[in-house]
Amino acid sequence: MRKQQARAAWILAAPFLVLFLVFTAGPVLASLGMSFTDIKRTDIRTPFAVGFIGFDNYAQLLGDPLFRKVMVNTGLYVVLGVPLTMGLALAVAVMLNRIERLKGLFRVGYYLPVVTSIVAVSVVWKFLLRPEGGLINEALGLVGLPQPEWLDNPDLALPALVVMAAWRNLGSLMIIFLAGLQTIPDEVKEAAQVDGARGWDVFRRITLPMLKPTLLFGAVITSIGYLQFFEEAFVMTKGGPLDATRSVTFFTYDQFGYGNYGLAASASYLLFIAVVVLTYVQFKIFGEKD
Amino acid sequence: MATQTPVRPDAAPAAPVAGPSKQGANPDRGGAGTYLALGIGLILMTIPFLWMAISAIKPEAEIRRVPPTWLPETFTRANFDELFTRLDFMTYFVNSTVVAVAVTVGNMIFCSMLGYALAKLEFRGKKVLFAVVLATLMIPGVVTFVPLFVLTVNLGLANTLTGMILPFLAGPFGVFLMRQYILSLPDELIHAARVDGAGELRIFAQVILPLCWPALATLGILTFLGSWNQFLWPLVVATNEDKYTLPVAIALYAVGQNATQYGLLLAGSVVTVIPVIAVFLFLQRHIMQGISMTGIK
Repeated sequence: MRKQQARAAWILAAPFLVLFLVFTAGPVLASLGMSFTDIKRTDIRTPFAVGFIGFDNYAQLLGDPLFRKVMVNTGLYVVLGVPLTMGLALAVAVMLNRIERLKGLFRVGYYLPVVTSIVAVSVVWKFLLRPEGGLINEALGLVGLPQPEWLDNPDLALPALVVMAAWRNLGSLMIIFLAGLQTIPDEVKEAAQVDGARGWDVFRRITLPMLKPTLLFGAVITSIGYLQFFEEAFVMTKGGPLDATRSVTFFTYDQFGYGNYGLAASASYLLFIAVVVLTYVQFKIFGEKD
Repeated sequence: MATQTPVRPDAAPAAPVAGPSKQGANPDRGGAGTYLALGIGLILMTIPFLWMAISAIKPEAEIRRVPPTWLPETFTRANFDELFTRLDFMTYFVNSTVVAVAVTVGNMIFCSMLGYALAKLEFRGKKVLFAVVLATLMIPGVVTFVPLFVLTVNLGLANTLTGMILPFLAGPFGVFLMRQYILSLPDELIHAARVDGAGELRIFAQVILPLCWPALATLGILTFLGSWNQFLWPLVVATNEDKYTLPVAIALYAVGQNATQYGLLLAGSVVTVIPVIAVFLFLQRHIMQGISMTGIK
């Protein structure tokens, strides 16, 4: 009986396992291996006949001012993007949790950008952000605010992309936070109110602590997403101006395009390490004292 | 446009949302201020799509006018005509569809198979296998695409739709979602089928799978959307225009010689975004359900 189950289980697992080994596990290990070699595009037919160069690629990356810049940029995407996206999503979720009517309409509306292609909405936002005739600057002009050249200004381009990304991504966090909010029993909040707590107090002392696991989960997936920032910059700024929006993924793609496969692999591995470390750190900080 | 579609206000109560579903008196019911804030937010969320659609039917000269016109003074189909005549957007549309459908079908089949094994069958290595699936969720696509491209070239699959499809035919997300759903099905069904003498594989195909359709629908929609919008891998595999998908085509036109032809690019965005929005509005219950079920997009 048990034997039959085991046999069936492995038969059912086989297609996934084969695809996983060939197209995920294999490449993850191959990428690590490649990062210690000087493999180039010209070696593509003979990927095993390449020179082992130890940590040279990594040393080259860390000594490269451009790579240091794209690391800083990627850090900025995370540091600016995660709080902005989470803050907006939480605000919307809390408000949605307090209403009864039109809830479905709002939920669908706020979620809408999540299902759309980043490339396509990037085209639209590039159009919205045009310095002259763009909808955003027209609106700013109406209320007498300055109308900057968003995407041509090295100081404004990255924040502009972050705002756009927050607009696109807040919907999925909103749904997750809303599910978390619904697990907080009304009785707990009522009890706090009977004890004299007002709206903001209830939020800070009851809602936020009880939402901690959900917030942690949201922070982790959002950070992983922003660490891989790429498509928005590819379409809206081509990584410019002056590399101000170029990310690590963008750098990796560029090196791949130049044929420097070994270097691209090592850059992608540094990003992979950042994903793992950041996830671990967030669990440490948020996850403590429970 | 899209958001004006009537949506049932109770549009997801069927979802197995975690936690108590007690709908007692809400202690902090939101008033007009809450609705106002949410309403303003809703406008900000949807205005880019409206502006995209309105601008795409204006002639190029009107699109560039400063200040912009609100509604089109001259209505034109020229931007769309150019997409499908001068440019080959029909091919890109078909490529996107073929890739997305194949990836969706693959995930629905293979992920439910493994999902069932992980949820209901006893075998050695099950815990390890599930841990591997979860760990795979964290691997960024950028880590694998370089060796994956080398592999694809050596398999003779560069610049083919097969090369685009194969690596994504069975993803960890689908396995996780199907496992979570199948876990909630009663074991008695399986025991009863075993007593009746049904083989293990038949139990999966004839007893379990027919009960999985809500989860399969969710998985199908989410996989289709993800594949339709995918960018980096198709960009790498499609070395020739005839294999571009819609996002690849739009991105390369947007950074290439058509960079300033907003009418064309916006029309391309409409073609990419509108089918997806339509599918979403039709089937949003399943999507919301899936997210509540697994906590992940």
